[in-house]
Amino acid sequence: MTTTETKRPVRILIAKAGLDGHDRGAKVIARALRDAGMEVIYTGLHQTTEAIVRAAIQEDVDCIGLSILSGAHMTLFPDLLEKLKKEGADDIIVFGGGIIPKDDIEQLKKLGVREIFIPGTHTQDVISWINTNVPTQE
Amino acid sequence: MTKKKEPAQAFAKSASYNQWREGVYSTQRERRHSFKSISFRDQPELVTAENGGDFDYQRDLGYPGEYPFTRGVQPTMYRGRLWTMRQFAGFGTPQDTNRRFKYLLEHGQTGLSTAFDMPSLMGYDPDNARSMGEVGREGVSVSTIEDMDTLFGGIALDQVTTSMTINCTATVAFALYFAVAKRRNISFDALGGTIQNDMFKEFIAQKEWISPPAPSVKLVCDVIEFCASSAPKFNPVSISGYHIREAGATAVQELAFTIADGLGYVEHCLGRGMNIDQFAPRLSFFFDVHNDFFEEIAKFRAARRLWARLMRDRYGAKTDAACKLRTHAQTAGVSLTAQQPVNNVARVAMQALAAVLGGVQSLHTNSMDETLSLPTEDAVRVALRTQQIIAEESGVTNVIDPLGGSYYIERLTTEIENEALAYIHQIDALGGMLKAVEIGFPQKEIAEAAYQFQLDIDAREQTIVGVNKYQEGGEQDIPTLKIDHAVECEQIERVKAFKARRDPAKHKQALRDIEAACREDRNVVPILIDAVSDGVTLGEVSDIYRDVFGVYTDPGML
Repeated sequence: MTTTETKRPVRILIAKAGLDGHDRGAKVIARALRDAGMEVIYTGLHQTTEAIVRAAIQEDVDCIGLSILSGAHMTLFPDLLEKLKKEGADDIIVFGGGIIPKDDIEQLKKLGVREIFIPGTHTQDVISWINTNVPTQE
Repeated sequence: MTKKKEPAQAFAKSASYNQWREGVYSTQRERRHSFKSISFRDQPELVTAENGGDFDYQRDLGYPGEYPFTRGVQPTMYRGRLWTMRQFAGFGTPQDTNRRFKYLLEHGQTGLSTAFDMPSLMGYDPDNARSMGEVGREGVSVSTIEDMDTLFGGIALDQVTTSMTINCTATVAFALYFAVAKRRNISFDALGGTIQNDMFKEFIAQKEWISPPAPSVKLVCDVIEFCASSAPKFNPVSISGYHIREAGATAVQELAFTIADGLGYVEHCLGRGMNIDQFAPRLSFFFDVHNDFFEEIAKFRAARRLWARLMRDRYGAKTDAACKLRTHAQTAGVSLTAQQPVNNVARVAMQALAAVLGGVQSLHTNSMDETLSLPTEDAVRVALRTQQIIAEESGVTNVIDPLGGSYYIERLTTEIENEALAYIHQIDALGGMLKAVEIGFPQKEIAEAAYQFQLDIDAREQTIVGVNKYQEGGEQDIPTLKIDHAVECEQIERVKAFKARRDPAKHKQALRDIEAACREDRNVVPILIDAVSDGVTLGEVSDIYRDVFGVYTDPGML
């Protein structure tokens, strides 16, 4: 194990799962995080959870931000968490964004989604949350 | 008694706008350092005859129902007939949505509008693995002729007009609807409605697709061609700015890209040898109505004038009908806030008022809860009542184009038209919309504007009440609609049972016929109407499209 003097930038995968095509939020967040100095990889739309897990491992990311505005969040988030676990990659932090009702947010957090950001979130809040909650030192 | 001396400035009159601006206005303080529209447009403090721009009544306005239709496409506008109140609805099973349709009709809605679920919109049957978790969630699940029949059960298709919001699988939804009509012995001539069927804006903004742009546009124009010959009351396309705007475009970008999309279809149809005066009258439009009240009103007026001028001057249209831009509008979903959601009722009311002052033909008002989930019946009723209040209480429907002639509105209309035209020229220079979309030009412009807007929100350059100002903390709870997971299982069983019941020989032949039509570049629509009657499903047609036309994947540009 090596220790680095300076914190390396967070590596983050912004992902769109399922069939919905709402990518405004995902793209805005991806740009804001990149402008904040993070290394951002964007999957593009309509990914399967398998493809997202594969990309996350290949790109060696610290966290995945999954954007869902199709109402399929109660299927796709648990599915992503399960597949990460199966691949032994459940150290990758998962957070999300989209149109997700409050009751569902609570349930998703219990399942292991670390945070959910809803419409109206200040981009700085997402940046701060990542800086606080995503460790990058080996 | 000594006479009081008059203050020097009493009843002073500036001799000109400039004199007033320099001598009076500039000596005062403004409460902000700049005044911008939601589309980053710098707003003048005042518009007068002197800074209203070059304006000629006959050339730029004309009379309602007359070229260039700035004041409206009908001579009587809302004094003749109110706009169609058309609430977009769809969720769960076809039975669920059929009940909602009947509820809306009972409450005075005047047209139907169908929202399909993501699998239907992307070309998957409910029993496909890619549909998992999405069946009936964002709209109604429809993949077979039985689903379509159930969806419109007990509704006379020749008595209502129906709008269907569906795009890459529009050919199939169209065929299902027409096949149901055929089954009910209703003549195609009697069917009125609109199918969105606008693929350009899918690549630009909404991002529901199967195949690459060129074959997608071919399918769009198959429906346009079919309607021009066989379904004269049906609008085969709804050229849509709504999604473009929702993705983050400015008002000018929304207008420019939408009109340019329309030009793209016109050019494809002309390339097939179709006559502009035959097909253009049925091209319909769909715009967003966002927060900036006057900018939105001006956008609708500019849209009509711009389209009319392009149809006549660029394409040589010889009839009024071919030059009329008829449009549906929807209040801006993106403007709704999850924070203090009841405030959304006020936003929707003002947006709807702008649409009406802009002269739209049909309107959907969003429900206050749509940033949380699909709307509940109660929330939809308030949204519908909002339209009825504007129509029947406010008095704004009594006079045609009541803002026409306002210095500000006319200047804004002209500016928006000119700026949109400049974008269209840029797209022309790229080789037209198909090329522009393929290289991602409008996509990049919109992403840029969306990011700029977010930065403005973050910096509080733009205000969103309850979000970056007047926050309350803690969420206001309002009831939301929940879709039971059982819907998915039910639809999967239903489609499986349907597939098991089909005549295998007929079904196989129908699939072969569709594939042959695709490969031979024939119009697929008549073949699809027969094929879906023989049990071909939406997912199966989409598989043929994937096979013959190829699969488009998101380039994932940031």
